[in-house]
Parts: sequence; C-alpha cells; structure tokens
Amino acid sequence: MSLKSDLKSFLTLNGELFRFSLRFFRHSLNPPYEFSEFLKQCYVIGYKSLPLIGLTAFIMGLVLTMQLRPSMADYGVEAQLPAIVAIAVIREVGPVITALIFAGKIGSSIGAELGSMKVTEQIDAMEVSGTNPFKYLVASRVLACTLMLPVLVMLGDAVSLYGAYLGVNIHTNTSFTLYWTQVFDNLVFGDVLPAFIKSFFFGFAVGIIGCYKGYNSSKGTEGVGRSANSAVVVSSVIIFVIDLLAVQVTDILGY
Amino acid sequence: MQAELKLDTKSNKVMIIKGLCKSFGDNHVLKEFNLELLKGESVVVLGKSGSGKSVLIKCIIGLIKPDKGSIHIFGQNIPNLDHDQLDQIRAKVGFLFQSNALYDSMTVRENLEFPLRRHWLEVSQKQVDKMVISSLEDVGLAHTIDMMPVELSGGMRKRVALARTLILKPEIILYDEPTTGLDTITSKEIIELMMEIQQKYNTTSLIISHDMNCVRMASDRVVMLIDGKCYASGTFDEIKQSHDKKVKLFFE
Repeated sequence: MSLKSDLKSFLTLNGELFRFSLRFFRHSLNPPYEFSEFLKQCYVIGYKSLPLIGLTAFIMGLVLTMQLRPSMADYGVEAQLPAIVAIAVIREVGPVITALIFAGKIGSSIGAELGSMKVTEQIDAMEVSGTNPFKYLVASRVLACTLMLPVLVMLGDAVSLYGAYLGVNIHTNTSFTLYWTQVFDNLVFGDVLPAFIKSFFFGFAVGIIGCYKGYNSSKGTEGVGRSANSAVVVSSVIIFVIDLLAVQVTDILGY
Repeated sequence: MQAELKLDTKSNKVMIIKGLCKSFGDNHVLKEFNLELLKGESVVVLGKSGSGKSVLIKCIIGLIKPDKGSIHIFGQNIPNLDHDQLDQIRAKVGFLFQSNALYDSMTVRENLEFPLRRHWLEVSQKQVDKMVISSLEDVGLAHTIDMMPVELSGGMRKRVALARTLILKPEIILYDEPTTGLDTITSKEIIELMMEIQQKYNTTSLIISHDMNCVRMASDRVVMLIDGKCYASGTFDEIKQSHDKKVKLFFE
C-alpha cells in the first residue's frame, strides 16, 4: 500500500513538473518579457554564485590532482597528470560538481523565496497588481538559471584547472606554459561541447524544480522549509539522471 | 446585460454577487451567497474563522474561480473575464491583504511603485514619485519611503499596504481582516484611517472581519456569512439586537 502511494506521488510529481515546464515555455516565449527582472536574476544567480563556485572548483582541482598522483606514479604515467585531470574536470567532475553546488545554493534559495512569497500572499498581491507572477517570478528565474550555469561551469573549470596546476607543482616543478600546453593538447572539441550542452539542462532542472517547489508551497513556514529542502534533493537527483542520459547520448554520437 | 448595467448605474450598485458557490472537495464553503454593494457605502462581512470570508473576497478579485454564480463589478462578470480584462477591473478595485503581502525584497517606495508601473505603463518617474509620496502621506508614513518592510512595525506595514492599495485610486477597496494581528490601539487607528480614506476619496469598502470593534466602527451595513450563505443583513445595531441564536453568538 505504501509502495503504491509512493509510486502514485512520484508519478504525480513528474506529471505536475512536466505541466509546469510546459507552462514555463508558454510564458517565456510569449511577450511581454520581464527583461529587467531577468537581468536582475542573472546578477543574483550568476554573479553572486561566483565566489562559492570558484572556491569549490579550486579545491576540487587541487584535491583531484593530489588524489590521482600516487596511482599514476605507480603506473609510471605521472607526466600525464595534467591531461587526465583536465579531461576529468572538463567532461564530468566540473559540470556535475558545479551543478550540485548550484542546486544547493540557488535551488534552495529559489524554493524558499517563492515558498515564502506564496504563503505570505505576495504572489497573489503581484497578480492583483496587474503582473503575471508566473512570468515575473518563474520564467525569469528559470531562464537565468539555464543561461548562468553554463557560464559558471566554464569559469569553474578554468579555476579548477588552476587548482590542479598547484596540485601538480606540490611534488614536481612544472612550468605554467608546459602545464597548459599539456592540458590543451589533450582536450578535444568532443570533450568540451557535450559538457557545455548538458550544463544548460542542469541549469534548467535546478531552476524549474526550485520554482515548482516554491510556487506550490503550502502549510506556512513548515512548507517553506520543505520546499527549499526538496528543491535541493530533487534537483540533485535529476542532475545525476541528466548526466547519465547525457553520457548515453554522447556515447551513441561517438564523443 | 445592457439593461442590467443601466439599472446598476441608476441604483448606484457597484457590485452584485448572485448565487455564488465554491467548494473544496466535500467542503462546501460558499452556498448560493448573494450580496449587493452600493457606491460609497462600507459593508462588513462578518463570519467566524473558516466560514469562507477570505474565499469570498478572493473570488471577488478573481484570485479564486467560483464553481457557480456571478460577481458583477461595474457591470462585468468577474468569473468570465480573461487576464487582461481582469487587470483592467483590478486597477479600479484595491485589495488589502490580511498578511499585508508587502514584497520583502523591495523598499517601501518600490512596493508602492510596483502596481503603478504595472497598471499605468505611460507614467513618468516624476509622476510616480509624486504619487508614491502622496499615498504615503495619506497614511502618515512619508518618512518610511526608503525603508524595507522588515524594518516596519505591524501597524506600519498595514499602513504601507494600505498606501499601496490606494496608489491606483481605486473606486472599491476590499479589506481582508484589516485588524488581524494588531493590538487594540493600532486596530482603532487603522479603522479610523480606513474611514478617513473612504471619505476623502469617496471609495466603496467591502471589509471582511471577525473583529467586533472593526464591525462596529467601520460598517454602514453588516452581512453575516454563516453556513456559506448571507444569513442576515442590516446595520450593526439591527444585527446586534437580533434574537437569532447563530447571530447572537457573535455578540456574547
């Protein structure tokens, strides 16, 4: 009985999320556009996330290099360390870790913000004030998330590779030029493009789930907390699902 | 429809609600509710908590769609209007939310500018500033213009919300529990302010409340919402002297 109700609520969530996404496309494609709100959200979601994404990316690059070195030294391929780290960061670790950090920071904040606006009737007030709250609040935030995450992933990857450069130089003395030459010589277009494309989907998932959870929040302050929490949990799971699908697609396409 | 409109203009009816029904599952909140509102009068809908007062007022402003019945405001049936038509009506009908619903992330000035910018697209910044200040002066809070809602007391927030409602110069103002959460003195001040505004701008008021002080002070007419229907109607004194058991409960 519990499994049946769990399955039912899972399918209901999927159905509602799908309808919510369709509504997003309908509202974001049709004018009038909330351009100033979109720009404001790009600043809040993109620019304000830079320090956190930068710090985590730097640590990630450094740690990844330090962890890989002993195994690579055992196989006698320590010289390939910059290349291996670059491929790992650009193809997989960078986009996924950045998206997870982004989900934690932005998904929860959108869920909590819209949730609290919902329970304090601010969304109703917006509607009464001649504003389409879905367009103003949801469309602008989802678009900003979709466009800002790929930018953050690119910047995060760059910072991460700087972290890896430090990691490489802990035990050896590799010049800055040699390090970057090794990195770029081993990276191909097929490493960068799929990762870049999937980060748009990650951004969309974080935005739409955060907005869906917040916009449908209920039961007062408890509901707001639950919205923020489930926005992070669901979007984190969805990021892995998208990643899995992206790997299958790139594999089929031969990248 | 035209004949009805003529009749409404003649008899000064700005709002006519007929046979309004709204249910949430098995919970039948409104059952054939009827109400007429005359221009310039102040009607208080009195009912206990959970009796459907807020549902009624949200149906009137078009935030909730009723299952059955009609709500004619200025001759237009609210449930049948599309989004743009509703916006036009909403520019003439102000709504003061129970929770004030001030935008947390905006200053008082931005809160007041928001509906103005949305409803009146062709308005200069100079005019906007003038209207914002004038609205805040009406509620005695011009000095709070650059403050955030979180910096204001409960009573001040209510006044700012009222200023935001007033800024579009509405012809009808709907008040959802305007004194909830306020102390007796602040409640009295808010009610007096509501009455001042009604006289100054010749607005029509529909007040939802269960606060007897508010009902006594602000009502020209009281409508009792009991069992989802308009159970009784009359002046405060008439209602108070009623011998009906359900009505008497409110005055004990």
